Amino acid sequence: MIGSGGEKILLAHGSGGKAMHELIESLLLPAFRNPKLEPLGDSARLELGGRELAFTTDSYVVDPLFFPGGDIGRLAVCGTINDLAVCGARPLALSCALILEEGLPMADLEKVVESMRSAADEAGVEIVTGDTKVLPHGKGDRLFVNTAGVGLLPEGRRWLPGTAEPGDVVLINGHVADHGAAVMAERERFALRAEIRSDVAPLNHLIEALLEAVPDVRCLKDPTRGGLASALNEIAAASAVSIVLDEEAIPVRGPVAALCELLGLDPLYFANEGKVLAAVPPRRADEALAALRSHPLGRYAAAIGEAKPFDRVPLSARTLLGSHRVVGMLTGDQLPRIC
Amino acid sequence: MKYMREFREAGATKALAKSLAGAAERLEVVRLMEVCGTHTMSIARFGLRSFFPENVMLTSGPGCPVCVSPHAYIDTAVAYCRRPDTIVTTFGDMVRVPGSSSSLESEQAAGADVRVVLSTIDALRIAEENPEKEVVFLAIGFETTAPTIAAAVLEARDSGLPNFAALCGHKVMPPAMAALASDPEIRIDGYICPPHVSAIIGGDAYRFLADEYGTPCVIAGFEPFDVLQGVLWLLEMIADSKPEVRIQYSRVVSREGNQAALAILYEVFEAKDDEWRGIGPIPGSGLSFRKEFFDFDAERRWPVEVEPTCVPEGCICGEVLKGIASPRDCALFGTACTPESPVGACMVSSEGACAAAFKYEGANR
Repeated sequence: MIGSGGEKILLAHGSGGKAMHELIESLLLPAFRNPKLEPLGDSARLELGGRELAFTTDSYVVDPLFFPGGDIGRLAVCGTINDLAVCGARPLALSCALILEEGLPMADLEKVVESMRSAADEAGVEIVTGDTKVLPHGKGDRLFVNTAGVGLLPEGRRWLPGTAEPGDVVLINGHVADHGAAVMAERERFALRAEIRSDVAPLNHLIEALLEAVPDVRCLKDPTRGGLASALNEIAAASAVSIVLDEEAIPVRGPVAALCELLGLDPLYFANEGKVLAAVPPRRADEALAALRSHPLGRYAAAIGEAKPFDRVPLSARTLLGSHRVVGMLTGDQLPRIC
Repeated sequence: MKYMREFREAGATKALAKSLAGAAERLEVVRLMEVCGTHTMSIARFGLRSFFPENVMLTSGPGCPVCVSPHAYIDTAVAYCRRPDTIVTTFGDMVRVPGSSSSLESEQAAGADVRVVLSTIDALRIAEENPEKEVVFLAIGFETTAPTIAAAVLEARDSGLPNFAALCGHKVMPPAMAALASDPEIRIDGYICPPHVSAIIGGDAYRFLADEYGTPCVIAGFEPFDVLQGVLWLLEMIADSKPEVRIQYSRVVSREGNQAALAILYEVFEAKDDEWRGIGPIPGSGLSFRKEFFDFDAERRWPVEVEPTCVPEGCICGEVLKGIASPRDCALFGTACTPESPVGACMVSSEGACAAAFKYEGANR
């Protein structure tokens, strides 16, 4: 049985947590099984004339379409570029498929397309093919975007995301939870005094700078849906290590922390769209941190934890008080509490 | 960040932990109860158990509004989900609570219009924006939330909103604590009282616990420092045999409470006997609409047929809510019952004792 609903798809199946993993493992993987799919990486690894290509796709269904710091178009371009970049690949080209609902204001579409162009420019990648479909009014929710991308692994570079080893230091390039919090604040129309902006950004140049400076980065991952907690649980599980976070070292902006406190939500489970996690050997941690901090998207980079030999739980956190708690995978969507 | 970091400061916490150890030395085994679910979560999230002396046990109480809503309430909500032209509006943590055969989440997947709101006012707005639909709000919660729902009902009445009603499942706290205190099976030596409920009803509402049952009470805040100080004060009162009601969370709670909120609450609602999940009926522990507001009572306005209640076997939410069992005592914990696929309500709500234990202390039994 998949999830709690038995035979129907629940929203939880799309939220990047356990239910989605179960859906992939029990339905999609058996149906499509092949060696290139099996690793279930951010991108598939293809070989062509002795070179390695990364190939990935992602669909975007965000509500609202526009939010502080970005929109669905910027998200669609950056997400796919980042999936290529965390494999160590340099993005070559993107596709763009638009699924439009009858009645969508043309001005909205123009804004989204312009935003896609500008994000692609920022990343130095072209959108080279595409498709457009229109659904009758009421059959879709204004605008869905799918992008696919191919990237090339530079010669001599190891295929990532790789795995972490005991002793590795875990780094992140800045504040967590900005995207998830920005979208929630916009969707729920919270009247916040401080604006929370999404971090959505193409990370290919930042990752390139990191890998140039520290070629032996052991593991990379972008903590998107399911947040930091789910991404690190996945790294820990894939690497058979336990990761221990230092809660105080995790950068969270004040307004985001306040919003989470208010709603009883945990910033470690909010999506990020401009963040990358890196596990690096301890002797290279300072260099890696310096490389991240020298890039505008890594100014607030921090060392947030350490990989240790596996000990009971994949991910835990040392709290501000010095006590420890388990940090599990996201289970279902986070639900705001009553009081 | 004021009011957050200050109360999580490691130095102050360690000093308190030391005082706790000193106070506990004067005592035998002490059983305390944190009544409110947000305390349960805070204790788990900050790993506070590691600061409690060995002979001090803290158990969770019935202060999670989702957890204590009986199956029949969820089943009625499910029946509204299946009712044509109806929008069910709810606080987020109700969505996954299992009823007898379904949940709001499953009904949503089957096509029901279920919308999560953060405030009752949002539910009113949905009713205004959808005049062709009938909007049912799932009104649960204690004295903390009940005044906000009462205020929304008053607003709906004053603005003549024709398509809004609430399924009333509100509960009030002091009668439940009285029921626990008089149950011979349960022995609680001191209560950490629910802070936000107390902000409304005031510290004096617990006087009977100290006066009649000799059980000390502290109304403590949610931050680590607050909780540890609350426990320390309880230990001191127990050791001195001087039970009182003390307010540690004085930045929010007063002795007399919020009279304006109470006035609104009792303008719309009145006390009734009510059923608590796992605990059973408790006299005077629920709220129902006063006669003048029957138009806003979903069950009177739009009666629905509700499936017969069927309670899952093996689930010990009742004992957990009464503080006589801990989540790990349950055979279903972490196996048949997980946050992903919950059997009992304590696993669903982010404030439930089982969810807190699972999320922050691990799935292992």
